Amino acid sequence: MAGKTLYDKLWDDHVVHTEDDGSCLIYIDRHLVHEVTSPQAFDGLRLAGRKPWRVARNLAVADHNVPTNHRDRGITDPVSRLQVETLDKNCAEFGITEFGMSDIRQGIVHVIGPEQGATLPGMTVVCGDSHTSTHGASGALAFGIGTSEVEHTLATQCLVQKKAKNLLINVNGEIGKGVTAKDIVLAIIGEIGTAGGTGYTIEFGGSAIRALSMEGRMTVCNMAIEAGARAGLVAVDDVTIDYYRNRPLSPKGDDWFIAERAWQNLHSDKDAVFDKVINIDATKIKPQVTWGTSPELVVAIDDIVPNPANEADAVKAQSMQRALDYMGLQAGQKITDIQIDKVFIGSCTNSRIEDLRAAAVVVEGKKVAANVKQALIVPGSGLIKQQAESEGLDKIFIEAGFEWRDAGCSMCLAMNADRLEEGERCASTSNRNFEGRQGYGGRTHLVSPAMAAAAGIAGHFVDVSAWTGE
Amino acid sequence: MKAFTTLTSIVAPLDRANVDTDAIIPKQFLKSIRRTGFGVYLFDEWRYLDQGQPDMDCTNRPINKDFVLNKPQYKNAQILLTRENFGCGSSREHAPWALEDYGFRAIIAPSFADIFYNNCFKNGLLPIALDAEIVDGLFKELTDDYALTIDLSAQTITTPSGEKIAFNVDENRRFRLLNGLDDIGLTLQHADKIHAYEAERAKRAPWLFR
Repeated sequence: MAGKTLYDKLWDDHVVHTEDDGSCLIYIDRHLVHEVTSPQAFDGLRLAGRKPWRVARNLAVADHNVPTNHRDRGITDPVSRLQVETLDKNCAEFGITEFGMSDIRQGIVHVIGPEQGATLPGMTVVCGDSHTSTHGASGALAFGIGTSEVEHTLATQCLVQKKAKNLLINVNGEIGKGVTAKDIVLAIIGEIGTAGGTGYTIEFGGSAIRALSMEGRMTVCNMAIEAGARAGLVAVDDVTIDYYRNRPLSPKGDDWFIAERAWQNLHSDKDAVFDKVINIDATKIKPQVTWGTSPELVVAIDDIVPNPANEADAVKAQSMQRALDYMGLQAGQKITDIQIDKVFIGSCTNSRIEDLRAAAVVVEGKKVAANVKQALIVPGSGLIKQQAESEGLDKIFIEAGFEWRDAGCSMCLAMNADRLEEGERCASTSNRNFEGRQGYGGRTHLVSPAMAAAAGIAGHFVDVSAWTGE
Repeated sequence: MKAFTTLTSIVAPLDRANVDTDAIIPKQFLKSIRRTGFGVYLFDEWRYLDQGQPDMDCTNRPINKDFVLNKPQYKNAQILLTRENFGCGSSREHAPWALEDYGFRAIIAPSFADIFYNNCFKNGLLPIALDAEIVDGLFKELTDDYALTIDLSAQTITTPSGEKIAFNVDENRRFRLLNGLDDIGLTLQHADKIHAYEAERAKRAPWLFR
């Protein structure tokens, strides 16, 4: 019998019951809850007179609607405030642990999960949020769900699922200077498309993935959903084990040694069979910039905006033309000639300490360009903010003209006050460049933290791998 | 949940690929703590010429006359015909809530994003994936009063000329949708199995049960 993939192992380990048609009842180890996708689920529980099945497996935090400055003044927008207060009330009523807005541990749900050790290798992790795929970086099976499934998880600690297929993406070779995990994942999406991973769980492997820190692996798995896959995975290795040692909710004492031994098995067997394998040459990846309104519309920094006339597929050509019109770009324009209005460094994709350090290296001793109206740094959690301040990164950013904010989702999706105005163009480290995503009529270019920082200083996109800051 | 058995309706064509859930229902409407009332904001940024706000009265908003759902012939369409990877992006169930609240009961496309596809079945909305060539054929055949009949039990779509197109939905999902069943109630019938799983798992992964 062929060996198992990592996904096979995680799946088999969580099957509670199998139906005749192959759909399974899967046990959920960790449920993360935020304010946007949970109120209707709690209402559903109340209506049916149900209680959480295992209340300690839930962890809640408000992140989408929270302000990233002047926290002491509370939330100004009454609609946002009601949603956050509703989460507070629901958690209090059902006995769920919540990190409130003034808690140092508050932050973006996908940042605080690993940071606290609330999401661990070998777990099944769900959240009413598509970027739950982030947690797969630790060798956990983690995927986003809708609100009906949030309610289902609360009530039963299980979900009815059909097993996905296995896709292995091997990224081999050493990445060049200025190339990051973000560029790897954008290059992958550019290659396979936003539906390339639909129906699959993607395992990211190869020497370039192995060489990434846990933060980098989280960036890659975070955007598995942008390639269409609900879940992304990276096998457990020493990097993973070291990351989880001494996290607040990591196993303690003897439990740690049992866990560590169990986690060593969280990799695909050598003779495992994947439904599909894609190989990517890491040495060929350059810093990436999206030019359109879908993450697959991406090119390297030294490239030009493509021409829809050269696209053979009529539906694709039409999407490209629509994207050019929305983005206010011309086919043939050099990416380095695109001027920006705002910079956003943050989101569950790129707001971890490593991301802030990479941005700080680029901006140190320089000033934000005159044409850049706003440049935001939004750390992923209160603890990351604290860590960055202890390293003096906040001073570097503030001196360069960046705003140093509190933790939250912020301008990734503009549910709080941080947003683009109509027609504004942003160098953003977030994950989606959809129409209106960062604000009505706003134009998003997805890039790495170093690339966003450099664009902020230069006022237009620059190749950070060759840039001297002059 | 509303059961879905058969449906005969005219078809609204949304000729775009990769329609994301941010487009289906923009984020400002996600601040609602209710499950209903999203229909008037469906495709808000494409449907109206101004910027939508939560709880806004939409009756006097300027509409984009070029947008398909604003054309009078599609006013009562309950079937949406669209292109590949429909519902990609955010997991927001507000997307199927908005489609259902607007009046759609079925969506036909070459492919759907996984989370969206799954969410539809929780809300009495039937997503039907057909070969891209068949979908392309439907787009070409479509006229203003073009109606299709969908039979979920038989898993067929009947065109105006009487041609039958077969589709496939997992048995479990089909059963639940045909009967409008509550998923949680069904899962709780397996409560003993969940308890047994937890007892066995606690031996293998004791740290999860401290």
